[in-house]
Amino acid sequence: MKTCEAFIIGGSAGSLEVLLRVLSEVRSDLSFPIIIVVHRKHGADSLLPNLLASRTSLIVKEVDEKEKINAGTVYVAPSDYHLLIEQDRTFSLDYSEKINYSRPAIDATFQTAAEVYKKKLVCLLLSGSNADGVNGLKSVKAWGGQAVIQDPASAQVAYMPAQAKLHVEIDRILGIEDIAEFINLLSNQSYHE
Amino acid sequence: MELSAINDEQVEMLISDLLEQYGYDFTGYSRASLKRRISRLYSLDKALSFAEFRYRIYSDQAYFKRFVEQITVNVTEMFRDPVFFKTLRDVVLPKLGTYPFIRIWLAGCSTGEEAYSISIILKELNLLHKSLIYATDLNPAVLEKAAHGMFAMSQMKQYSENYILSGGTQDFSTYYTANYSLAKFDEELKQKIIFSTHNLVSDHSFNEFQLILCRNVLIYFERELQHNVLDLFDESLEDLGYLALGTKETVDFSRIANRYKRLPGHKIWRKVGHENM
Ligand SMILES: C[S@@+](CC[C@H](N)C(=O)[O-])C[C@H]1O[C@@H](n2cnc3c(N)ncnc32)[C@H](O)[C@@H]1O
Repeated sequence: MKTCEAFIIGGSAGSLEVLLRVLSEVRSDLSFPIIIVVHRKHGADSLLPNLLASRTSLIVKEVDEKEKINAGTVYVAPSDYHLLIEQDRTFSLDYSEKINYSRPAIDATFQTAAEVYKKKLVCLLLSGSNADGVNGLKSVKAWGGQAVIQDPASAQVAYMPAQAKLHVEIDRILGIEDIAEFINLLSNQSYHE
Repeated sequence: MELSAINDEQVEMLISDLLEQYGYDFTGYSRASLKRRISRLYSLDKALSFAEFRYRIYSDQAYFKRFVEQITVNVTEMFRDPVFFKTLRDVVLPKLGTYPFIRIWLAGCSTGEEAYSISIILKELNLLHKSLIYATDLNPAVLEKAAHGMFAMSQMKQYSENYILSGGTQDFSTYYTANYSLAKFDEELKQKIIFSTHNLVSDHSFNEFQLILCRNVLIYFERELQHNVLDLFDESLEDLGYLALGTKETVDFSRIANRYKRLPGHKIWRKVGHENM
């Protein structure tokens, strides 16, 4: 039995609609943070957090560097920085080279989070057209966390979750309609491995 | 890289070696990035064991240099965040243009792309002749590259777009000559730039400036070190001078916050002195 300490969602092309739906159905008393890393264009920074905030009563905010990570909050990675998780459960930002042509790269967040939260981490990879996140999910598994993907059959762009399925031992494959319930069930309770 | 090549304790060992052996103090750096960079270098250089890697850094001066170069992040661009440069062009530099002489400190300048960008704006505002840009960094290697003023030709399309978005109206390509895969920027642009090493952690204030820029460096520091570095900037900035930070950095919550007034909507603060606010 273990509890979830952080839930991280990585997504790219075709993931926005899924995120909007999921957030509208997630319970408002979550016992862990949701951290969202999506590929997006540099510039229109406040748009995505505002859009997501319109669907939930949870606090949704773009990450500030060195910010403490709190339960019950939805954090969105800023554009054009990698989002890293520190051992003291704070965020830090990194302007190093793009990874998989992406900054933020899902891999960077999954990997640093894996080493911090270990067994108490659940990472979900959504629709997308490149393989970002796949190596990250491998790290999550190596450190004992859970790797979850959107069912490639339900994804607007199946490549990303399909690559994960191919290369990583996935714990759960979820249809769009099942994601929020999965998250809600992780909240405030221990779950079986 | 499923499991990092280097674990947390090993990172701490290397950090204390650097301090003890070379006097380079990385103890105030955020660890997640350091660990990623060190692990990356460990794999890149195919180290045989941690002991061998550690010994090499400790005993081989040339390798130590490479190590420092590789664990710091040197990525930069010309006119990165065009809106920021537009504010420099439209608001900050014209204000400073009323001074007889403009001293600018660009801290953490990396390979110099920002320095040349500022130089271009100063030239277009007709202020370059009375300006001096001190561009500093911890790494001698990036400064050497900066002094050459040659950047990849393949970047020029992007830089030219950034330049136009930042309010530039010239033909950007007139600032450089193409030399195979490199764009060599005009000598004139670097005549007013002094490239020099300066470590924000351990070196002191060395002049007074009207404008200090330090973008995307503080993100690599823990809070306490950030605040110390902001104190250093405060000491080095004239009253009514400007301090510019990166898109995600702030003077809020620091000891100097109450003496600084933010330009609304921008990561630029003006030093308004002790009594105000
Ligand atoms: C990501 S780059 C930022 C470049 C540029 N300012 C920009 O925003 O595009 C960070 C730079 O900070 C430098 N740096 C790191 N620690 C430093 C220190 N203690 N003192 C001075 N420079 C440092 C690194 O060598 C690197 O060149």
